[in-house]
Amino acid sequence: MATVGQACLILALLTCVYGIVASLYGARAGRRDWVDSGRRAVYALAFLAIVSFAILVSAFLRSDFHYEVVATHSSTTTPAFYRAAAAWSSQEGSLLLWVLLLSLWSSVVLFLVRRHLRDVAPYATAVLLGFGAFFTGLLVFAATPFKTMAVAPPEGTGLDPLLRHPSMMIHPPMLYSGYTLWAIPFAFAVGALIVRRVDADWIRATRRFALAAWCFLGIGILLGARWSYAELGWGGYWAWDPVENASLLPWLTGTAFIHSVMVQEKRGMLKVWNVSLVLATGTLAVLGTFLVRSGILDSIHAFGASTLGAPFVILIGLMIAGGIYLVVSRRALLASEHKLDSLLSRESAFLGNNLVLVGLAFVVFWGTFFPLISEAVTGTKAAVGPPWFNRYTVPLALVLVLLSGIGPVIAWRRATWANARRNLLAPTAAALAVLAALLAFGVTKSATSLAMFVFAAFTVAVVVQEFARGVAARRAMAREGPLRALVSLVQRNRRRYGGYTVHLGMAVLFVGVAASTAFQHARDVRLTPGTTATVGGYQVKYVRATARPVYRGERLERVALGAVLDVRKDGRHVTTLRTERGYYPSAAPFASGSLIRGIFDGDATSEVGMKAGLTRDLWTAIQPDPEYLNKVIDATAAKTAGKPPAQQAQAVGRLLSVYRQGAFPAQFRIISSPLVSWIWLGGIIVFAGGLIALWPAPDAARRRVTAGYAARVARELGRA
Amino acid sequence: MDPSRKRRIRLVVALSAAVILAGALAYTSFSASSAAVSPSRLLASADTGHSYQLTGKVVDGSISRHGDATLFRVRDRNGSASVPVRYVGAVPDPFRDGREVIVTVRKRGATFVGEKDSLVTKCPSKFTDKPTSKT
Repeated sequence: MATVGQACLILALLTCVYGIVASLYGARAGRRDWVDSGRRAVYALAFLAIVSFAILVSAFLRSDFHYEVVATHSSTTTPAFYRAAAAWSSQEGSLLLWVLLLSLWSSVVLFLVRRHLRDVAPYATAVLLGFGAFFTGLLVFAATPFKTMAVAPPEGTGLDPLLRHPSMMIHPPMLYSGYTLWAIPFAFAVGALIVRRVDADWIRATRRFALAAWCFLGIGILLGARWSYAELGWGGYWAWDPVENASLLPWLTGTAFIHSVMVQEKRGMLKVWNVSLVLATGTLAVLGTFLVRSGILDSIHAFGASTLGAPFVILIGLMIAGGIYLVVSRRALLASEHKLDSLLSRESAFLGNNLVLVGLAFVVFWGTFFPLISEAVTGTKAAVGPPWFNRYTVPLALVLVLLSGIGPVIAWRRATWANARRNLLAPTAAALAVLAALLAFGVTKSATSLAMFVFAAFTVAVVVQEFARGVAARRAMAREGPLRALVSLVQRNRRRYGGYTVHLGMAVLFVGVAASTAFQHARDVRLTPGTTATVGGYQVKYVRATARPVYRGERLERVALGAVLDVRKDGRHVTTLRTERGYYPSAAPFASGSLIRGIFDGDATSEVGMKAGLTRDLWTAIQPDPEYLNKVIDATAAKTAGKPPAQQAQAVGRLLSVYRQGAFPAQFRIISSPLVSWIWLGGIIVFAGGLIALWPAPDAARRRVTAGYAARVARELGRA
Repeated sequence: MDPSRKRRIRLVVALSAAVILAGALAYTSFSASSAAVSPSRLLASADTGHSYQLTGKVVDGSISRHGDATLFRVRDRNGSASVPVRYVGAVPDPFRDGREVIVTVRKRGATFVGEKDSLVTKCPSKFTDKPTSKT
């Protein structure tokens, strides 16, 4: 099957090349049949990518270690659920996932516009197939997932234990969906610029794809943060790591684009800005994919040492140079149809929001690439840390949240002060009430957090006010009940109320970030069974040690050493936390002659103990003290070295029993953090809002059906 | 005022503000950064109290505990020159002998003291060029 997979990839590459030639020739020569053939090449690419991907996933599910990529990224002890995810934990598999998603989304958009944008679509097809050719080229020539070994090893290396988390199953597909979906507005913008058709048609045709890209990328980023919080043993969700930042960059510029296109659609303004934003977002999406693989920046994710850097640099260089050329050469066509009438207008609010978002993107870009900038300027690589990022991003985030409250209630063109006062009075009063309540409760530790709570309250109040007004108007007009009025209000204005819901979710999310950052209590403590530590007013007692082997079928998946912690506040029991550290045996646990060495020399990962709540999370992770543990391991290994496997397995059992009953010290990180759940809750609200905005309105669907029916009738009449 | 003149003034003000902000950003990034150095460079020249981003590999058998602190040595990626590091706090899950680490340190006497929560360990099994053994 590996041969079939490889053949599919080669065919996919040839298909891309053919499709590019057919689309460009069809467009230049005015040959519709060639253009259609170019579009069908995208469908063929999707089919070939599906077959290749299915072959790869099937190899992972079967644990077919003839495939080198399976042997180095999976094992029989990797749970089936994670074996499928292991397919995209490899360089090769992740590139194939990129091609698969790109081809699927491209097929959908080209199918939907097959009868519209006839001048723009062929060039967009060529651009999309250009991306396809680039990635399938990498898969064929540099990183094939179908490389096989003549003799399969008896066992695979296994999926990195850190990746065995449900978030990791959907985080990469979400992130890659975001990246690949951004290729669609990018391709149509290029097409529109090439044929000099720079009205808002290409924006309308790809609006849902831009929204979906934004939504998926955002959820992908949030899932990564959730994984970091729940799986890594440090208790944080964002570290300003280059790879994290790389995914945030296109999301920030994409957010700016989603807002500013509304100004172009409504008033024919900001055309240069919009095409520049979408070209930058598409380029940053590829840059994000590249950064993960280049090794040019030091990152915790450390996917470096790859040979794919040069091709990516060439692609990104082409995207930047081509984008600049197209915008500069078409600047006369991109002139605004109107001027900004007033600073007190929705256009101004959107412009402000755009400047803040692009400012944020610039800060993140500068900080992320600072090691390269510094090396170029001073000859020494230097890096900036989280405090530097926070210094700039926190005030910008505050302005952003405030603008997300002001923007929706300011009128287009020119708002009057009376109108602004009417719309902003109640939200301002609500924000001031929240400020008074927070001050009364003594929440004064962090001025920026306080400002964030107040601004978020303002935004939430604006959203509630807008929903309330809409429902009231609907009830008055249609005489519907409140719930029915709310549903029909949202159904009839999905984009608007979906957007409001997104703003609501972002406000909730930012409150969670501000509270959990400023009011967190964290301690690293060394405890032995029976001892207690106090963290943020909670008394945390190490009750007893736990130790257990975890089997997958008949094979040992890991050995888990852990602890049971009793958490009390003012003497009252709050919760019991259980945390473990899992030791995953190396692929050949008896290679050193000692099973116990094979187990403890393998990978280790924390199983976090957490009590998550709406108001507060209690979080802990354990690291058994290696000094004491190693003594027991060394002694056991010395006694059992070279003994039969059964005896060595018994020795492991004895060691676990000794650990359970002994008073081994362990290092704990214990965190009491308020409102972390609001971050995930805010993310869910944002996602829901995004889905509402994305979903086709029933009226539009009806219009399409009516238009289709009218076209059929016209055809029949024509034949008659 | 003439609307086009008004727009030009706004543009100049906005561009000036952007240039000033970008200048501040660039200036602070240079003053707040830590130089990324290898152990051999740190051995050759390290100022007491100055912070450095040390990158290298954990020397085999060098990890030990001393109270709340983890003591280990970091060596050059392709060499044997190494420096002692004292780190207080939880170490990342993949931290162990031979792993590539990045840690922000300051020189205190003969030892380099790691900044809390600055230790990151590269995960060797993902996207590397060649298959890596886990032992």
